[in-house]
Amino acid sequence: MPVPGRRPPSLRVSAAGWSFVAPFLAVFAFAFIAPVIYSLYLSLFRDQLMGGNQFVGFANYTAAFTDPKFWDGAGRVLLFLAVQVPIMLFVALAAALAIDSGRLFGKRFTRIALFVPYAVPGVVAVLMWGFMYGERIGMVGWLNDAAGSQVLAPFTKEWILVAIGNIVTWEFVGYNMLILYAALRTVPGELYEAAALDGANQWRVIRAVKLPALRGALIIATIFSIIGSFQLFNEPSILQSLAPTLISSSYTPNMYAYNLSFTGRQINYAATVAIIMGVLTAVIAYVVQLRGTRRED
Amino acid sequence: MAHSFARPRRSVILTILMAGLVAYSLFPLWWLLMSATKPQDLLGDSFGLLPAGEFALFANITEVLTHQDGIFVRWFGNTVVYVLAGAGGATLFAALGGYGLAKYRFRGRNAVFATVLGAVAVPGAALAVPTFLMFSELGLTNTMWSVILPTMVSPFGLYLMWVFASEAIPTELLEAARVDGAGEWRTFFTISLRLLAPGIVTVALFVIVATWNNYFLPLIMLSDKNLFPLAIGLASWNADATGVGATPVFHLVITGAVLTILPIVAVFLLLQRYWQSGLSAGGVKG
Repeated sequence: MPVPGRRPPSLRVSAAGWSFVAPFLAVFAFAFIAPVIYSLYLSLFRDQLMGGNQFVGFANYTAAFTDPKFWDGAGRVLLFLAVQVPIMLFVALAAALAIDSGRLFGKRFTRIALFVPYAVPGVVAVLMWGFMYGERIGMVGWLNDAAGSQVLAPFTKEWILVAIGNIVTWEFVGYNMLILYAALRTVPGELYEAAALDGANQWRVIRAVKLPALRGALIIATIFSIIGSFQLFNEPSILQSLAPTLISSSYTPNMYAYNLSFTGRQINYAATVAIIMGVLTAVIAYVVQLRGTRRED
Repeated sequence: MAHSFARPRRSVILTILMAGLVAYSLFPLWWLLMSATKPQDLLGDSFGLLPAGEFALFANITEVLTHQDGIFVRWFGNTVVYVLAGAGGATLFAALGGYGLAKYRFRGRNAVFATVLGAVAVPGAALAVPTFLMFSELGLTNTMWSVILPTMVSPFGLYLMWVFASEAIPTELLEAARVDGAGEWRTFFTISLRLLAPGIVTVALFVIVATWNNYFLPLIMLSDKNLFPLAIGLASWNADATGVGATPVFHLVITGAVLTILPIVAVFLLLQRYWQSGLSAGGVKG
């Protein structure tokens, strides 16, 4: 603690500034920066049969880039990203516009009901949907019985990724809706009055006033969704216990890194996969942000 | 509210379309609630969205609380510890740090700011494996600290607090306190803290929900069942139930899931208006 009056005020104030930030920085350095640096270090070594732990340069990275298991998982999350994220964000956008339009009965209830799944722990969401997907105790079994044929088959090779996409959409559509809705609430009323004076109809107001106002929030929602897709782990890893033959231990890159570090004890390679995916996520998030802000000029 | 000059007519068609979406959001939870009232042997035999002939909710709850010597209660206690220490710490550090960055000019401030903003883009899941590798080298894995310490870091929380503190606390107020000879920390506790309260509640909500629901981090860090939070414990019951030659305990997983959801949904509904203000603040500057 600085002693008041002994030093010039600017220095005293500057030291106080540091003292407020210091607790965060201490934990941040230990539980964020240090693990990243340690993993970078690990990724440059390899446990050799002869000679123990040896420096191998970028050999782990070249190994990962030619590893079919890694590419299999990376390709799957890219496909997931390309299909699930647009659907989820489109539904979220439609819901936010509908709630903001003031044309709904039960607007408040709608908003809260859509948002509640976000509070449900991911584990519970997956277990719940996993049970419902099941033939034995679930809704799918009942539906197929009622229809007299196999209408839905979530636990098959063709449909399991769609089944995962449905769970993720269920969990996050309300969260994204709220991000977009919060942005719509910040639109100044004069803009709507001006549009009304110009005789603009609802669709024109959406196109000319609301969508431009949503740009920043849409970029944020897109970035969060991209990060979520790339880091896909909870849903497939829990469904694995219900459908072990459909979901391999390298189904997504995160599952691969987890299984390498944990069951495989290949920690150097696990660190490499984690770093590649972290960098890839950050780069894509950055590109989305750049593109999004450029259009604003 | 914001544009009330010409109240638009309500649309039945739009309401029906949105009701479909509301049903999609709520029916799995309804299924879960109904299933929690059924004994295990009726789970498959009755329609999922209606109660079965036998009302077994209280029997199920009793069994959840006593199964394996009452380990569910222990998991609940562990979760509370992780939330109080981890999420509590994250909120405290984010509030102090965001305030410091917003209201003080000091050497290295820009470097700190750039680092934290960069860290917001790094997802927690990407960090779990690297943190596990370092913690296992240090012998920290399989302790409560291995979950608490990483939870205490919330770059996004710090960012939200910075946005909030920049707008909520007038700099003149701090200068007036300085002229009166008050120390900086004293000013923080007597004046600034009260103005920061709504922002602190918002950040607390984000990190409490994230901690209550966290799966990847405790899964990779903990192997001792006695240290599990609820999320991992439930998943382990489910895994036990589906293994070869295992006794299925689906009714316990389902009823346990209801008991896990209830506290967090209650907190969430009570304080949900803070989410919107937090999201607006984050969105406006981002």
